[in-house]
Amino acid sequence: MSDVRQHARELHERFSEHLDVTEDEITERLETLVSEYKVPVDEARRSVESHYLEEAGLERDELGSGGANPEVAIEDIEENEQWLDMTAKVVDLWEPGHESIGQVGLLGDETGTIKFTAWASSDLDALEEEKVYRLSNVVTDEYEGRFSVKLNRTTTIEELDEEIEVGENGAEVEGALVAIQSGSGLIKRCPEEDCTRVLQNGRCSEHGDVEGEFDLRIKGVLDDGTEVHEVIFDQEATENLTDTTLEEAKQTAMDALDTEVVADEMRAQTLGRYYRVRGPRMGRYVLADDVEELDGPTDTESVLIEARSI
Amino acid sequence: MSQQAPTREVARRVFAAEFNDAEYTFKESEDERAPQYVLLPSGERANRVFVVGTLTETEDVGDDSEYWRGRIVDPTGTFYTYAGQYQPDAAAFLRDAEPPEYVAVVGKPRTYETDDGSVNVSLRPESITAVDADTRDRWVVETARRTLDRVRAFDAETDEYDGLAAEEYDAEPERYRDVVVEALESLDDDERSADAGSEAAEQGL
Repeated sequence: MSDVRQHARELHERFSEHLDVTEDEITERLETLVSEYKVPVDEARRSVESHYLEEAGLERDELGSGGANPEVAIEDIEENEQWLDMTAKVVDLWEPGHESIGQVGLLGDETGTIKFTAWASSDLDALEEEKVYRLSNVVTDEYEGRFSVKLNRTTTIEELDEEIEVGENGAEVEGALVAIQSGSGLIKRCPEEDCTRVLQNGRCSEHGDVEGEFDLRIKGVLDDGTEVHEVIFDQEATENLTDTTLEEAKQTAMDALDTEVVADEMRAQTLGRYYRVRGPRMGRYVLADDVEELDGPTDTESVLIEARSI
Repeated sequence: MSQQAPTREVARRVFAAEFNDAEYTFKESEDERAPQYVLLPSGERANRVFVVGTLTETEDVGDDSEYWRGRIVDPTGTFYTYAGQYQPDAAAFLRDAEPPEYVAVVGKPRTYETDDGSVNVSLRPESITAVDADTRDRWVVETARRTLDRVRAFDAETDEYDGLAAEEYDAEPERYRDVVVEALESLDDDERSADAGSEAAEQGL
């Protein structure tokens, strides 16, 4: 019984601001579901919560988690729909792509950066670039393996008078480059402002047929024999890696009447070689800020000693 | 882990001596499209491997259409790789190659039974590229390390693939420790002879 009581108390705390409902009423609802209808208590709680959400005209997001959240570092965010508190600096603010979005941008702490979204309907104080805030009651979201945080009506924002040295999401990976994926080489991007989507057959998935702008990129896979790491080289990193400029790549494609030859040349130049790549982690990719081609082995003797000792 | 599915298969590191012993293949599910694995005798499944060695010979062994075979030699033995019309880039590489040269191959292990009933293991390339001696040497040491890791962790009682290897293969995993030592010693000798060679060159010999 105390289980039901406990849930009722928590639900009451969360709804008391929004609804005129007593703890006893909530208990009764839970009790009916659990005792009479044999609904598991978690499911019962969910059902009762939905009932009151509807009554109050709230979305689940807007209610908050109720109770204390863990304070989570950005690099440790790896769970969808987790309620948490964070202290972070506003690294960048972007133009909202839709009127339902109040603010969108990048938050950073010592461990890395993460995208944030604040809904227009949440009526929050606007965040300012370069300032550090303590954000309580934000919720994580996952899209195609990338995490972001959402600020919502229950989020509290407190400006802090401190500085944060924003870290680069700390990734360093190495291994043999075993694949260069499609969508690499000489590509075209949508020229619409803030779009930059890669065109497929001259089409942007958002803006339709457009006159694309050329860019260089490599989506590669580093493999060390135990793990694979996906790595993205942007134009500069690609130029450095392949010793080919964007202009040269365009010329090559023009001579061959085919853009695919650029990626083929890149494969011939780089596949099978060993690299160490450092840079921020963006979802499943590491962005190659710093790339080093690895030379011959340095540990031959020690591995030999190890082998002989088995 | 909230990893994306399907996860890309890791490219295992394995010397030719062990690779050519890996005759047992299996799938983890009934699904027709389920990935196929060879069982490495040191107790690991391999759907993909990465090898670096010396391409010593190429030959078009096809009848109607081109079907290229390449021999790739590491310090312990020879990998055979075959590329035809479904691996056009790899086939083109082998056609144009001028052995000997160092090459890196990412590929899938394949087995086939010969007329006399023995099983041959080969490599179907996803890519073949020319690389330098440093990359080759790095691969030898890396492959030595990965092989040692497998040999050391071998426990037929507790590990599924180790158990399977104990069942399917006669050779003890310790045999591949000897292969590792052999490979590393050859690298050591290479270095010495390379040093000797450059000294000789410096002295104008």
